Amino acid sequence: MPGTIQSIERAAQALHLLGAVPEPLPLGELARLLDLPKTTVHGIVRTLCEVGFVVQDPATGHYSLGSGLADLGRTVDPHLLRARVSNWADGLAARTGLAVEVAMLRGPSAELVAHVFRPDGSPQRLRVGELVPAHATALGHVLLAWAPVASRVRELALTAYTPMTPSTHVALGRALQLARRQGWAALDGGLSLGTAGVAAPIHHQVGTAVGAIGVVGPSDQVVQPSGAPHPGLVEQLLAAAHATAATLKDRL
Amino acid sequence: MTGGYVAAIDQGTTSTRCLVFDHAGRMVSLAQHEHTQYFPRPGWAEHDAAEIWANTQRVLPEALALAGLEVGDIAGVGIANQRETTLVWDRSTGRPVAPAITWQDTRCADIVAEMLRGPHVELFAQVTGLAPAGYFAAPRLRWLLDHVPGLQRRARTGKLAFGTIESWLIWNLTGGPDGGVHVTDVTNASRTLLMDARTLEWDQRLLDALDVPVELMPEIRPNVEVYGTCSVGLPGVQIGGAFGDQQAALFGQTCFAAGEAKCTYGTGAFLLMNTGESPAPSARGLLSTVAYAIEGEPPHYATEGSIAVAGALVQWFRDALEMIGSAPEIETLARRVDDTGDCYVVPAFAGLFAPHWEPDARGVIVGLTSYVTRAHLARAVLEATAWQTAEVVEAMTADTGIAFTSLRVDGGMTTNHLAMQMVADVLAVPVERPLGSESVSVGAAYAAGLAVGYWPDLEVLRANWRRAATWEPAISAASRRRGRAAWDRAVQRTRGWVVED
Repeated sequence: MPGTIQSIERAAQALHLLGAVPEPLPLGELARLLDLPKTTVHGIVRTLCEVGFVVQDPATGHYSLGSGLADLGRTVDPHLLRARVSNWADGLAARTGLAVEVAMLRGPSAELVAHVFRPDGSPQRLRVGELVPAHATALGHVLLAWAPVASRVRELALTAYTPMTPSTHVALGRALQLARRQGWAALDGGLSLGTAGVAAPIHHQVGTAVGAIGVVGPSDQVVQPSGAPHPGLVEQLLAAAHATAATLKDRL
Repeated sequence: MTGGYVAAIDQGTTSTRCLVFDHAGRMVSLAQHEHTQYFPRPGWAEHDAAEIWANTQRVLPEALALAGLEVGDIAGVGIANQRETTLVWDRSTGRPVAPAITWQDTRCADIVAEMLRGPHVELFAQVTGLAPAGYFAAPRLRWLLDHVPGLQRRARTGKLAFGTIESWLIWNLTGGPDGGVHVTDVTNASRTLLMDARTLEWDQRLLDALDVPVELMPEIRPNVEVYGTCSVGLPGVQIGGAFGDQQAALFGQTCFAAGEAKCTYGTGAFLLMNTGESPAPSARGLLSTVAYAIEGEPPHYATEGSIAVAGALVQWFRDALEMIGSAPEIETLARRVDDTGDCYVVPAFAGLFAPHWEPDARGVIVGLTSYVTRAHLARAVLEATAWQTAEVVEAMTADTGIAFTSLRVDGGMTTNHLAMQMVADVLAVPVERPLGSESVSVGAAYAAGLAVGYWPDLEVLRANWRRAATWEPAISAASRRRGRAAWDRAVQRTRGWVVED
């Protein structure tokens, strides 16, 4: 096997061992079983603790498998996301006076998993569960820009709902690039003219977004004539997104 | 006062919090500290009131600091508290004479049984509108007087003070041994079993029936009124109101008029409906209570139905059955199927509560067939909360003749949209959630803000209420009737399970 990386091999051996024993192991025992110096094994398990794959019992100092391994391959439950985002979405709606939507990517669409009414007392309908085309909304742009599988963008059917819809792969690619660069997305009139949205990613693992949170409303209340969001909007959005991401770190 | 914000102290069962609100009723900061739960014997549950006071003194400056505010920015402070938790303290030392007996504590069962056998049952019902039961404060006070050495004798000297937690906090905030104001509010007083529901004063006959010296008792005051000025915690700030937590939520949800109702969905659920300006004693096992009183205005009353097991059933599904990893995931599981497969879960874990009141009942899962999967069970678990709500609502409607036109909801379980949709479906009225989940603290802040003139009137507060979501009924009357009849049959099967050996 050309080019195997020794430290990864040893880390995998340590994980296999910890997974095979019924009880947490002390460092010395782990080193003996791996047939490696204690200092080497200490470096390995400390690193594994850092990434959440191993935990150390604070009382005994013994090591065992961490929950980080079990969480690999597990997607965030949409209803867990809704429960965790709720306070921040409410606060965002209260401060901005705009409707707040939270979405997760489903195929070519953004599926709304949470929705807070525009707080003006007007009749509105709960839109949770609705699918909106990802390429035509700010929420969708965020989800696509931070999607784990970037190539999917090529497969989207880019229906032009308005003259403002990014309806070519070049136009969409440019919008997603801009979103990634600035850390948020804004789109005015992408789905219907006169309605604009700004959205930010809710990060879970490095580089990907589990969902997007955004504000939606009449264009003049969301963006300035220049097309840039009203001052302060992006900051409030990012604060809500970060706060939600932080609550996703600990499970219920 | 010219401050730009109002503060609320939310003294709850597990923690003490301070929340600061702006003129639009939006929360600008929150600080919180948990306190120790003591369970010294089976059925006992105690709090250290000194710890709760210490936590109060910590959260006040912390909440201000989080929002970048100073004491001068606060126009007034209001209090909402865990109800019925009972405390006696020494007026000269400021120290509690015993641990506070919390509302969860069941040690007073014998005292209550004796009250029910005694000659005064009718009098209690007549004066308070309530039948003696273990959750009111008076039996807990009686227990303290019986069991703390010398307490009965010392109580007559006027050197001791009784109170629920709001009394304790107000007394301490206004100086404690050094001129502290000893008051309670009408909603907390209505949960003692000692207050005349019409005059809103202690009834001497009831005090005598339980041999409670009147020297112990705080003065009963309206919810919206300046009780005094803080000398510590928020020095110089006026205390403008206090509420028991569920009445605070009713006020925070701006249910100011007869027929307006709210339900708080947490571990249990508490449904309160404003019944207007006269008490509404229940013939169906609901509790008649005071909704709110504003200085110089007639009080408003409420009827209350509590559901012991709501979110707790989801927790049981998660922890005891290990069907789901986290509580919100029950919705994911439940949405895999379109119905419960005709199975029903009745969570009579500690007997049936309102409106049945059958302590010998125990929970059941009925209608099991090989068709039923855990997804059907998940749905039945959520439906149980909806059907229990329907039972309480029906009892309220029958008691008062007031038909519900909508229900305002709050609490953690409102993030479960399937559960809220089910509530709308079985009640056949729209269910509405306000922006922000802090109705309890909002209610306390509203009381204080009204008292100090930060808000002019109830109409302005009404305008502050913002709808964040609405669930519209979406099932047919026929399927509602079918489901309701099946639920009744399921409830039947819980009855009489516990038998003496």
